[in-house]
Amino acid sequence: MEQHTARAFDIDLQDLARLVAEMGGLAEKQIGESVDALNSHDLALAQRVIALDDKIDMLQREIEEKAILTIARRQPMAVDLRDIVGALRVANDLERIGDLAKNIAKRVGALDDDIELTKVLRGVEHMADLVLSQIKDVLDAYTRRDVEKALAVWRGDEEVDAVNNSLFRELLTYMMEDPRNISLCIHLLFCAKNIERMGDHATNIAETVYYIVEGRPLADERPKGDTTASATVAFPA
Amino acid sequence: MTLAESATSTPPPLVAHAAPVSEGLAEKVSVRGLNFYYGDNRALKDVTVALYAGLVTAFIGPSGCGKSTFLRVLNRIYDLYPNQRAEGQVLLDNQDVLSPGQDLNLLRARVGMVFQKPTPFPMSIYENIAFGIRLYESLSKADMDARVESALRRAALWDEVKDKLGANGLSLSGGQQQRLCIARTVAIKPEVILLDEPCSALDPIATAKIEELIDELKSDYTIAIVTHNMQQAARVSDYTAFMFLGELVEFGPTTKIFTSPSERRTQDYITGRFG
Repeated sequence: MEQHTARAFDIDLQDLARLVAEMGGLAEKQIGESVDALNSHDLALAQRVIALDDKIDMLQREIEEKAILTIARRQPMAVDLRDIVGALRVANDLERIGDLAKNIAKRVGALDDDIELTKVLRGVEHMADLVLSQIKDVLDAYTRRDVEKALAVWRGDEEVDAVNNSLFRELLTYMMEDPRNISLCIHLLFCAKNIERMGDHATNIAETVYYIVEGRPLADERPKGDTTASATVAFPA
Repeated sequence: MTLAESATSTPPPLVAHAAPVSEGLAEKVSVRGLNFYYGDNRALKDVTVALYAGLVTAFIGPSGCGKSTFLRVLNRIYDLYPNQRAEGQVLLDNQDVLSPGQDLNLLRARVGMVFQKPTPFPMSIYENIAFGIRLYESLSKADMDARVESALRRAALWDEVKDKLGANGLSLSGGQQQRLCIARTVAIKPEVILLDEPCSALDPIATAKIEELIDELKSDYTIAIVTHNMQQAARVSDYTAFMFLGELVEFGPTTKIFTSPSERRTQDYITGRFG
């Protein structure tokens, strides 16, 4: 896009985009490491993930201040206005993603590593991989203002929901098999739910990218696959 | 000079309203295929646009784009100057005001105008208002007093001048002078009010008052405003027309123009990327 007559305005917008990208990088790192800590029962790594959240929160505040100042100084219109509002929204979603990753890290200490539930952990890991790639893609779509890529992420959330559903049933089954599994399974259930929510934030970001580029909200109803709210598993006879 | 010609300029209000849909709106003024020439220089090129009844339409664009020229056509004020001519149709309630038989004084009574710089007459505040009314109506002293008061009230000036109606209009502040000119325009009960950068010489408070006034007036009048202040256009108007080099580039609901315009040139202009 052509530059503004007031070049400082371009710099303001670039700074905002750079801060959002930096925040996105941190959020990705936080997700990956939180799941690694979970898998390897690495308490030190979990602590680092928790500490990283402060940095993400700080970045969000910085983005907000910068956005507010830019609005006050430049009275942005049209695509510039959507750009700034978009940065605010994306920063908000990333902050929430960071909180969810932190919550996973906090649960690492509560897990008893004696119990072998490798298969379920694999499921959580698989789901985290899916969501992480969704988040990478959507941040890429944000940076490039790539609507097609954003839409692909938006549609892809259904797959995350499907994995979450099957994980949910699996964990219910383990709990019924042996009450000693319950504590671990409850924590894993929350971890899975956290990851599923991260996926939802990725779709929010996809919607924001669409809005920034197209200037209108994404009107279609997104395909939703989360059926855990009504899932039950019969007790073994 | 008629009253309407000497009306003052008012600033546009600041709030973008929910954009009305153009379907079902009554066109108070319909402009079709309008061309305008200053001698050989074609200043307007095939402009087709509407002023919807009871709404505010803003005209924006860089200097020299033809927006002021456009306003000057609507009440044929250009007729005062040699070598200027308009071609096309300008329908006011379906009557072509460009037709040779048009009574210009009547037209300018129906289509009032306020200019960039306040232009009060060098006479008392009271006479500034009464002067124009007398051209069209003969009122008793009591009726005239009532009309002057009501015009000053409409222009949100009454409280500031009610104790000094005999004072010279030129003794008022710039913002007050501009509101006096609006009062003078409103006093002869026009149907359309043209505002040519009415706030450009005013401070922010005077500007806010005039924007407030425009909001107030639009329930009774059809208003067209030319402004260089984009925020003002966004705040005050229902529809916005973007003009460039004598052409109408884009016309649509203000909320659309300022959040997601269809034309690249509109976007470049309103976001400050022009040229």
